[in-house]
Amino acid sequence: MTATNYSFAKPHFLGIAGLNRPEVESLLELADRYIELNRRTVKISDKLRGLTQINLFFEPSTRTQSSFEIAGKRLGMDVINMMVQTSSVSKGETLIDTAVTLNAMHPDVLVVRHSASGAAELLSQKVDCAVINAGDGQHEHPTQALLDALAIRRALGRMDGLRIAICGDIAHSRVARSNVALMNLLGAEVRLCGPPTLLPSDADRWGAEVFHNMDEAVTGCDVVMMLRLQNERMDSAAIPSAREYFRFYGLDRARLAKAGKQALVMHPGPMNRGVEIDSELADDPQVSLITGQVEMGVAARMAVLDMLVSDRADSDRAGDAP
Amino acid sequence: MNRDAQPILIRNARVMDPASGLDEQMDLAISGGKIVELGKTLAQTDEMQSVDAAGLVLCPGLIDLKVKTGEPGSEHRETLHSAGLAAAAGGVTTMVISPDTDPVIDDAALVEFIARSSRSKSLVNVLPAGALTKGLAGQKMAEIGLMSEAGAVLFSNGDQSIASADVMRKVLAYAGAFNALVSCRAEDATLAGSGVMHSGELSSRLGLKGIPIAAETINIARDIALAELTGGQLLIDQISSADGIALVRGAKAKGLEVFCSVSVHHLTLNELDVGEYRTFARLCPPLRAETDRRALVAGLADGTVDAIVSAHDPRPAEEKRLPFAESTPGACGLETLLCGALSLVHNEEISLIELLRGLTSGPADLLGLPSGRIETGAPADLILFDLDTPWVCDAGQLLSKSKNTPFDGRRMQGKTSATLVGGEVVYDSHGLFAG
Repeated sequence: MTATNYSFAKPHFLGIAGLNRPEVESLLELADRYIELNRRTVKISDKLRGLTQINLFFEPSTRTQSSFEIAGKRLGMDVINMMVQTSSVSKGETLIDTAVTLNAMHPDVLVVRHSASGAAELLSQKVDCAVINAGDGQHEHPTQALLDALAIRRALGRMDGLRIAICGDIAHSRVARSNVALMNLLGAEVRLCGPPTLLPSDADRWGAEVFHNMDEAVTGCDVVMMLRLQNERMDSAAIPSAREYFRFYGLDRARLAKAGKQALVMHPGPMNRGVEIDSELADDPQVSLITGQVEMGVAARMAVLDMLVSDRADSDRAGDAP
Repeated sequence: MNRDAQPILIRNARVMDPASGLDEQMDLAISGGKIVELGKTLAQTDEMQSVDAAGLVLCPGLIDLKVKTGEPGSEHRETLHSAGLAAAAGGVTTMVISPDTDPVIDDAALVEFIARSSRSKSLVNVLPAGALTKGLAGQKMAEIGLMSEAGAVLFSNGDQSIASADVMRKVLAYAGAFNALVSCRAEDATLAGSGVMHSGELSSRLGLKGIPIAAETINIARDIALAELTGGQLLIDQISSADGIALVRGAKAKGLEVFCSVSVHHLTLNELDVGEYRTFARLCPPLRAETDRRALVAGLADGTVDAIVSAHDPRPAEEKRLPFAESTPGACGLETLLCGALSLVHNEEISLIELLRGLTSGPADLLGLPSGRIETGAPADLILFDLDTPWVCDAGQLLSKSKNTPFDGRRMQGKTSATLVGGEVVYDSHGLFAG
């Protein structure tokens, strides 16, 4: 099967907002196939051979960057990682300067992470190649949402009608924003829970129900997704202490017991064990999807890369794609 | 609460209950620490102790939302024990202890310490208030959730307002998740500066640095706006000015969860009581003009003011026998809370039942307490008082360890006769329950 079976008309992959359900379904189906490829011993497809992918990370990242790198390499692309320091120069200028410079090297896809919301969008306006948003500020992290949806669908067989709680620092989370959008698109009932200082009061308009009491929020849920509490939140007076946070907003077995019987636990990583999630729970393969999420990440990103740029590749060389 | 105490029948009292508007001569029966019956003429059983309270008012015990003691840290000023004695004599059956002690009550273990140790030390109910910010520094939010669980009934920043609007926003928002009441003094510290009394003609004549009313209204307006933004419950502690009352009245008309308290001293005294540099009348916020005082009373009558507090702040002589500007602000108030407030009734400024609302059901409703009302099943936290007997306040006679009352030497009318906490008699000046 080739990518021509799938419809994806957009030039970039900047966010879940703006996607429609068929596009998402196509991406998830394609990703499902890549999971099979990734489990083989020889994992290389040369579908995108000859194309160039640049990972442009203005923020340090381990898992997302390596996941994109592996995804690109398994599709046969030449992958270059660029870590850019954002310290001194005004960020807007640096971003556009960098974009223009890189564009002159004729890459086929730019994977960008930046601490400013809207950075990927801005960059996409300045370059000729496809841009993938690997996280922009507190706005979107669409490939994370895609891999989360993939993990949930593979574990529970569906997304429609599931009740999912996303808990923690919603206010500063691009993962939460992308996930709410995608889960809504796929028919899940989404709940958001966090202290009022970390959960914007208008979040109910995102298409989710807002809770400030964790026990109430997880009641009857099929999936509980915990978010990372950034250390800087602790210093910004948004919450009093790690121990109080864990007491009221952390996930442990007692609290998970209030969720549905087979409820699964997710976390985009990296985890703060003992702050937002109990260590033993995070490591329990019976309930934790956390390691599975990482595996899904590579496949989901391969699907996105494939969808976006396969028409750039010579159809002769699209050979043994899944 | 002593559940084994002998049942009591109080007969022929003028029973006043602001929660229900009741004001009638009735009998009231107490058993097992609770009010069990209320009626015109109740039957007396052999086991009951019968008390004739003819001529006395029987009303719920007073609930005081703002009491400072010196325990822990400054026991020479006041202990929980001595504050309890003063409270019982003043008709206060529940006092909320301000967190500005040493150490500051900003941690669940300290809240538990106050709640637990008070039971054995104090004659009256003691409820701890937790600090809003760590060390009351106004910077880092304290553990509001854990302290709530440990028994803190409200959260206060002591006598300091929170300078940062961002921190205030966060504590109001965060406390909302725990349905916790945030109590805050309204004073812009930069504007109040080193002022020591109300800013006006008198302060300039006395050569004392004034604190303008704007120092209060700026913060009231800010905090009301933040309460609206966050949906938090805000209690503005000790309003002193007419403009401040107007702001709260406006917030309530908007339907916001904004409440306020006024101290008995601000309801009954004005800047003229500073007189010739009387340091007992140095308060924080300062006593204001007579027009302000009248506006506070009007606010109490129309329900804008939710609670009258004693703002009990015991200060020993060495902090008061000083030049006015060098003295420490604050006044003892527990023992004179009721009798001081009664002067408003005798001066026909407010009705007795409206006054009592601010001392009983008003604060009880803010904290969600079952007390503060007379109904069957409610805790028998009750007082009997004589409305009319004249007497002269003598600071030297106060039961508080510190004797700083601005009412010193003032003619008073009406006094507590007996105080019951959980059905137990903790104060009985006329031996009513002795027989």
